[in-house]
Amino acid sequence: MASNYTHIILADDDEDDRMFFTDAFDELKIGTKVATFPDGIALMDYLNQSDAELPSILFLDLNMPRKNGKECLKEIRQNSRFNSVAVAIYSTSASEEDIEDTFVQGANVYIKKPSSFKKLKNVLSSVVATNWQYETSGLNRDNFLLRL
Amino acid sequence: MKVFLKFDYNAVCMRVLEEKLDALGLDYQLSGFGEVDFLENLSSDKRAEFAGFLEPYNIEIVEEHKSILVQKIKDTIIDMVYNQDAELTVKSSVYLSEALGHSYGYLANLFSEVTFTSIEHFTILQKIEYTKHLILNEGMSLTEIAFKLNYSSVAHLSGQFKKTTGITPSAFQRIIAKRRENLN
Repeated sequence: MASNYTHIILADDDEDDRMFFTDAFDELKIGTKVATFPDGIALMDYLNQSDAELPSILFLDLNMPRKNGKECLKEIRQNSRFNSVAVAIYSTSASEEDIEDTFVQGANVYIKKPSSFKKLKNVLSSVVATNWQYETSGLNRDNFLLRL
Repeated sequence: MKVFLKFDYNAVCMRVLEEKLDALGLDYQLSGFGEVDFLENLSSDKRAEFAGFLEPYNIEIVEEHKSILVQKIKDTIIDMVYNQDAELTVKSSVYLSEALGHSYGYLANLFSEVTFTSIEHFTILQKIEYTKHLILNEGMSLTEIAFKLNYSSVAHLSGQFKKTTGITPSAFQRIIAKRRENLN
């Protein structure tokens, strides 16, 4: 039986942001299972386990201790095991340089952290809905670029 | 006084299913969680009766035909987007309902219920994806694409591209080009 939830992972060192994120998905009620990690090392340790359940969408904060978002992105895009994972950068930065650079490195989505909880819910639901279209409608994932 | 309870949701659901299935009086097998195998054909009356039994518990029979119809809607839209050389003589909503034999309202509701998105949004996404393909693989200009996909103007297509993806068509082209450079 196909699982009927979307598996989502967030790596972010800010505890409040992690909480807002999981709360937002709880309230959206779109059948998601959310796991969070406090930094890049913890995230990559999890993903590199051979039996890890890979997420449909991985949200990456850029500024994290120990291993930052860009380093994680690079590692993930160099490993074909993660081809099916959509990577969404989730950052306070909206510098054009960060945006273009992460897209070029293989990110699919770039989200500037919204200023309100309501906006956060809107943003997350549109990411999940768009990703779902790519997963189920045979669209070319190489062309999946979304900036919110 | 408070009393605390411990549940096994799985066992509760199984118990409810067994009770209701026994009441239905048909031979069945519970094969795995959330799957019932009827050992004889399920008449539509019995099926409705079963659905009625389950309704108070918020248990729904997953409608296979719904997901099939949604797939047909998608196929029809994709066909419409990719074969627009022959210009549509009717509005796309009329075309869809005629092609699939249901009212547009019914199709639109069903589609939103199953896919978390609307028919309109899905159509726009398909057109934008096709635009990306034409830019990258056919080397077409935005002007040519706007004409091919029946946009009233280049500005309209370019605006819709930006609104849907958050980036402009030229930024998209630049990013993909850089990605390909990195691979080499």
